[in-house]
Amino acid sequence: MKRIGIDVGGTNTDAVLVEGATVLGAVKTATTEDVTGGIRNALRELGATVGLTMTSASDGSGTGSGRGPMREVAAVMIGTTHFVNAVVQRRYLNRAAALRICLPASASLPPMVDWPEDLAAVSNGGHYLVQGGHEYDGRPIAPLDEPAIAAAGRAMKAAGITAVGISAVFAPLTSACEDRAAEILREVHPELRITRSASLGRIGLLERENATLLNAYLIDLSHRTIDAFEAAIAASGISAPLYITQNDGTVVDAATARDQPVFSFASGPTNSMRGAAFLAGIEEAMVVDTGGTTSDVGCLKSGYPREANNVVKVGGVRTLFRMPDLLSIGLGGCTIVQDYPLKIGPLSVGHRLTSEALVFGGSTMTLTDIAVAAGLVEIGDKARVAGLGAGLVNDTIAQVHLMLAEAVDRMKTDASDLPLLAVGGGAMLTPETMLGISKVIRVPHHSVANAVGAAMAQISGEVDHIFRDMERNDLLVLAETMARDRAIAGGADPASLKVVDVDSIPLAYMPGRAVRARLRVVGDIAELRATPASPAS
Amino acid sequence: MPIFPPSHLAARPKDLPVPPSPLKSPRDLSADDMQALALGAWILGTGGGGDPYHKLMNVLELFKSGGGARLIDPRGLDDAALVAVLSTMGAPLVGQERIPDAQHALRPLRAMERHLGRPFDAVMSMEIGGGNGVHPMMVAALTGYPVVDADGMGRAYPELQMTSFAVAGLAPAPFALSDIRANDIIISQALDTGWVERISRKITAEVGSTAAICMAPRTGAEIKAHGILDTATQAIVLGEAVMEARRAHGDPVEAILVAGGGIKLFTGKVVDVDRRATEGFLRGQARIEGLGPDAGGLFTVHFQNEFSVGFCGATPVVMTPDLICVVDSVSGDGIGTDVIRYGQRVTVLALRGPACFLTGAGLATVGPRAFGFDLDFRSVFERQG
Repeated sequence: MKRIGIDVGGTNTDAVLVEGATVLGAVKTATTEDVTGGIRNALRELGATVGLTMTSASDGSGTGSGRGPMREVAAVMIGTTHFVNAVVQRRYLNRAAALRICLPASASLPPMVDWPEDLAAVSNGGHYLVQGGHEYDGRPIAPLDEPAIAAAGRAMKAAGITAVGISAVFAPLTSACEDRAAEILREVHPELRITRSASLGRIGLLERENATLLNAYLIDLSHRTIDAFEAAIAASGISAPLYITQNDGTVVDAATARDQPVFSFASGPTNSMRGAAFLAGIEEAMVVDTGGTTSDVGCLKSGYPREANNVVKVGGVRTLFRMPDLLSIGLGGCTIVQDYPLKIGPLSVGHRLTSEALVFGGSTMTLTDIAVAAGLVEIGDKARVAGLGAGLVNDTIAQVHLMLAEAVDRMKTDASDLPLLAVGGGAMLTPETMLGISKVIRVPHHSVANAVGAAMAQISGEVDHIFRDMERNDLLVLAETMARDRAIAGGADPASLKVVDVDSIPLAYMPGRAVRARLRVVGDIAELRATPASPAS
Repeated sequence: MPIFPPSHLAARPKDLPVPPSPLKSPRDLSADDMQALALGAWILGTGGGGDPYHKLMNVLELFKSGGGARLIDPRGLDDAALVAVLSTMGAPLVGQERIPDAQHALRPLRAMERHLGRPFDAVMSMEIGGGNGVHPMMVAALTGYPVVDADGMGRAYPELQMTSFAVAGLAPAPFALSDIRANDIIISQALDTGWVERISRKITAEVGSTAAICMAPRTGAEIKAHGILDTATQAIVLGEAVMEARRAHGDPVEAILVAGGGIKLFTGKVVDVDRRATEGFLRGQARIEGLGPDAGGLFTVHFQNEFSVGFCGATPVVMTPDLICVVDSVSGDGIGTDVIRYGQRVTVLALRGPACFLTGAGLATVGPRAFGFDLDFRSVFERQG
């Protein structure tokens, strides 16, 4: 079963064709202004590359099919940074209203409190607070004020607002209020595109509402973009379904993804980490992705990035939803090095590396120069760094190793040894050995790790729930059942589901032995599993 | 930057004169003061008290619409002045959904005023540690009541009877509690504050595990005699010191030690956290492996919502009522017992506990035995001379 993975980044659009554990072909093309042109280019080049590969490898483990390989593609997975870039750059956002179901509670801090003003200015489509919501134990705070919701919907319609984010108190525990509100709004304003906070998970009203509103502001762009993705794929002669990769390293079908742009925010680093793990053939590892200006450190558990359980800021907005736990430090190939006293970063020459770095004839000492002087890499003119003292070079490398080792150690969850995957253009800066690391693995073909990570994505289901008066084992079983149901509803093959993340914390000051549990399962896409050989039961 | 004299960290022994206020009083607090207060209160929370973020946001929103908060020196209070001691009661996690609200915080105060048949003259914190350190500022910004620069704990503690007022045996009632709906509850009479804790904790659970409370009203004379003075200023000074150190790319932890007259006990990395909920508390311990000068050492800090006792190896070196603050070694931010986790670089430091808790009655209430440790209290500050 062949899959195509595409990574649409700000600069490059990469595409790979993967079958099982084999990368059959990989191409790197430039991202185009219209995005879809880049995808068509990448698919065309990939087709050409794969055609050659298959012909020349006909004696190997190929499929043996003589037909065009693009016709055999079972699924296309796209990972994109388009939506998070739109938030960061405040571009392409539509206005949307905020409906918060909370009264008489949670009224003093309005939606968008503590947002950057420039973002609020381009996106705020009005705020509506109505009575309703639930307690932590599932009882209603107060009856849902349905007439007020209908009135809000009519006001949105009158104001020409076509998107809304709905957030109800304790919606992650019960979405009843948000579901009913969505029904009412659809009745009075059928064109409304609705985001419900319960679909984004996580306890923490303001931060969940923030994610919900970001989603609502992106909803038109998301529909346009994913429509264009589908058109680009169809135009390339591929009839396979489109999936979009998510922050947690899984995918959803294109129809679902249209309504959840925020779930793609961190798919770049996530796909990079997962692709690296796949290329290295391991599932439990630390990952250091060293680029030009930063090194991102993450932790892979069962092949998936560990999730952040703290606030993550996106474009200056506090959010709390399914995002990978990443530590970013200002250390990369473009990082500026100062001598006397030795100071590494956080300043960086960025994209001016090829004009300002010493090895390229510039006058600024960067980590790339140090790496060249140390013989770790051959870039530019080595003669231009021949004059750097061995002491400076050695001290700098030692300091870099120390910074990376500390960042890696911070991100570990326990003291046991793990392998470390070194990826990215600055991977040569990672030391050969590190305390708490069993071995350092330099991943081959890491330049297309993102696209590979997209191609191998699976489907997940997650719960974040407060359980009361239950034994720990019983509540974890129940949580797993809930997560599995969600994954299956998302299109996962039930037989392939496994738990990849589980976390439970007892809650102070709550009666009835309350425990908050988060649990996530992942599995293969059911359509891809439905091979002719084994129809279920 | 003002250096907070350590003498102010402790409520004075009975026979000593009241030291002068460290602040120019009264002082109208700015938005920056509030940021500093929140940062300092989180440090003084000694791991508990809840993240002050939402309450800070409430104050800043009220400031934007013209509200203000005036901090007044308790020494200037008329003996007969009546002060509302305010707080939130409940589970911090519920407060993440049922967001703290200034109007709600005001409700038990109004209920108490109706019960007493007279208005209050000022408000103050029950506990300066965590979100409750910012709590009365919301009411002040809403109503204009001045805020007395004092509290009843000098930090955060898990239960209502762990206040200087309860230790001094002051009247535990009347006590007012408001839920978010229209329910106000008055406990008009109680045997002691321990019973107020038991009764109100049950009520709080019933109304959704979060409630706004107004403790037994305190007179100016009672606050001057039994309050823990200048603690809002202490929190602001700690917060300012951290913010200033960050601006200057200095060491925020050193800034806390200097500004708070504290002792650095241990620097290291969290290597293990064991957390469990028992009897409504978050109990457990964090083990910290030494780094730098403490390399090779192991420090274990126990907690019951707040940090209670710290062991270096097997030796208990610091214990409540001394304040055990675990802060991020780089940022100086306080770290809560509910979020401390493996790999964090932390510094354990001690600040002087209020003198009112060093008496027999004080230690019986908040000494190590009150948290299940069969240890005689010895202050880390005595040890160090």
